Amino acid sequence: MILYDALIAPFADYAFMARALAGCIALSFGAAPVGVFLMLRRMSLAGDAMAHAILPGAAIGFLISGLKILPMTLGGMIAGLTVALLAGLVSRTTVLKEDASLAAFYLISLALGVLIVSMKGTNVDLLHVLFGTVLALDDTALYFLGGASTVSLFALALIYRALVAECVDPNFLGIVSRAGSVAHLTFLGLVVLNLVSGFQALGTLLAVGMMMLPAVTSRFWARTLPGMMAAAIAVALLASVAGLLVSYHFSAPSGPAITLAAGAAFIASLLFGPQGGLFWKLLPPKHRTA
Amino acid sequence: MAMSLATAPALTFNRVTFGYEGHPAVHHLAGSVPPGSLLAVIGPNGSGKSTLLKGLVGALRPLEGGIDLDGLSRHDIAYLPQQADIDRSFPITVSELVAMGLWRKIGAWGRIGVHHRELIARAISSVGLEGFESRTLDTLSGGQLQRALFARVLTQDCPLILLDEPLNAIDGKTAADLIALIHRWHGEGRTVIAVLHDLAVVKEQFPTALLLARETIAWGPTSGVVTPANLLRARAMSERWDETAPWCSGASKHA
Repeated sequence: MILYDALIAPFADYAFMARALAGCIALSFGAAPVGVFLMLRRMSLAGDAMAHAILPGAAIGFLISGLKILPMTLGGMIAGLTVALLAGLVSRTTVLKEDASLAAFYLISLALGVLIVSMKGTNVDLLHVLFGTVLALDDTALYFLGGASTVSLFALALIYRALVAECVDPNFLGIVSRAGSVAHLTFLGLVVLNLVSGFQALGTLLAVGMMMLPAVTSRFWARTLPGMMAAAIAVALLASVAGLLVSYHFSAPSGPAITLAAGAAFIASLLFGPQGGLFWKLLPPKHRTA
Repeated sequence: MAMSLATAPALTFNRVTFGYEGHPAVHHLAGSVPPGSLLAVIGPNGSGKSTLLKGLVGALRPLEGGIDLDGLSRHDIAYLPQQADIDRSFPITVSELVAMGLWRKIGAWGRIGVHHRELIARAISSVGLEGFESRTLDTLSGGQLQRALFARVLTQDCPLILLDEPLNAIDGKTAADLIALIHRWHGEGRTVIAVLHDLAVVKEQFPTALLLARETIAWGPTSGVVTPANLLRARAMSERWDETAPWCSGASKHA
């Protein structure tokens, strides 16, 4: 019964824990596969930049209607999509590479966000935005999390082939069809969608953690793309459960607890992961005759 | 492979000029490539060979003139660039890379049916990569990747095939296999245009040649093109941009 008390009871006895878990499960299925593509495209840091870009939109929503999820989410979506589209278009039509144009646009966006918040909000409110409210998810928030991850999964399935082709050989895809740009821009939209839905559960900054840490970890577990996505989702789910339990038993803030749980999975995989974990490199290498 | 082939196009270059920042890399190229040609494009470095292929697939817009593709859509050209910009660390297999050649047939959502799987398998075995089907790209050597890319050209099944330096940094056995494939495409009535450096290969294997040095030096049967006098003229071309060169007006009769 000790195990039950430690692992099951918190979720069974407290509705807010069950809600938090449901929200995190939704987030895991949406964000982790998107993170895998970001990692493989060498855009791991783009998630971070995009999370900053969301701020002014969320801040404007906050100014208009206070700390409510829907206006802040909507504002964040608009700001994030604007920055993503502008960065994507500029990199496709000028000499600027995508990381450079993304850096430029997200810095502008972030500065605007800070300016807007400092004009009216107080720091306590800002902390709320930054570190999230996973233990206080209301129905609206849960529906949004579930809807966002459903949309994200279906959209990713729709653009999957084009996105893979675009990642492997963009020039080839550019010659045989126009699908590459569509897939890429849709993908950037999915990044924003998942960050925005994550930011109400975990906060702006830690939402990126839920997207990237499981993705990066998955590389140590699988060689194929579907394998990596499955591994990333599994890591995200495990981190959600572990993080919430730690948060419950030790009264720790939930967002950082979940992210740190994912971080622990990353460190462990880095050391002992079956695909190139550091520990296995210490063993004397074996080779076949041919 | 089955001849599900639209007839090869007659290509016509109408005094076409391609270039960068206002400087011509291919200047006032005029002439035509009859359907089913096997044409080698040769010339010194910087003579506009790769630029010409990029122009053909529409990756560059002409500064002047144009190319008549005889009704062929640019999407139906199989183009193998010199340094294929392939992310070899991306976890896909040889089969999946070769399957990309089916894009025009199945698009972003079409099913890869039994028939398509056979096409892929046959293409892979045509380039001698049996057993490599489920290897990921990061485990291939340069020559093996080039073979896989030829297999992708095979599955594309296009009437016009453009190859940019397809035999660079490739061993003799692989080069011989790939040349055999080029002849097979030629035999099937496709138009094949290949940029090449190895003049011995050009003389042995290609019936027609175009010697470029920004402008056409010679064009026709290979024996009449690859001559010491022509090569000397090509080599005299200056690679340097002349920032003070006058603007070329369509009316002037130079070149």
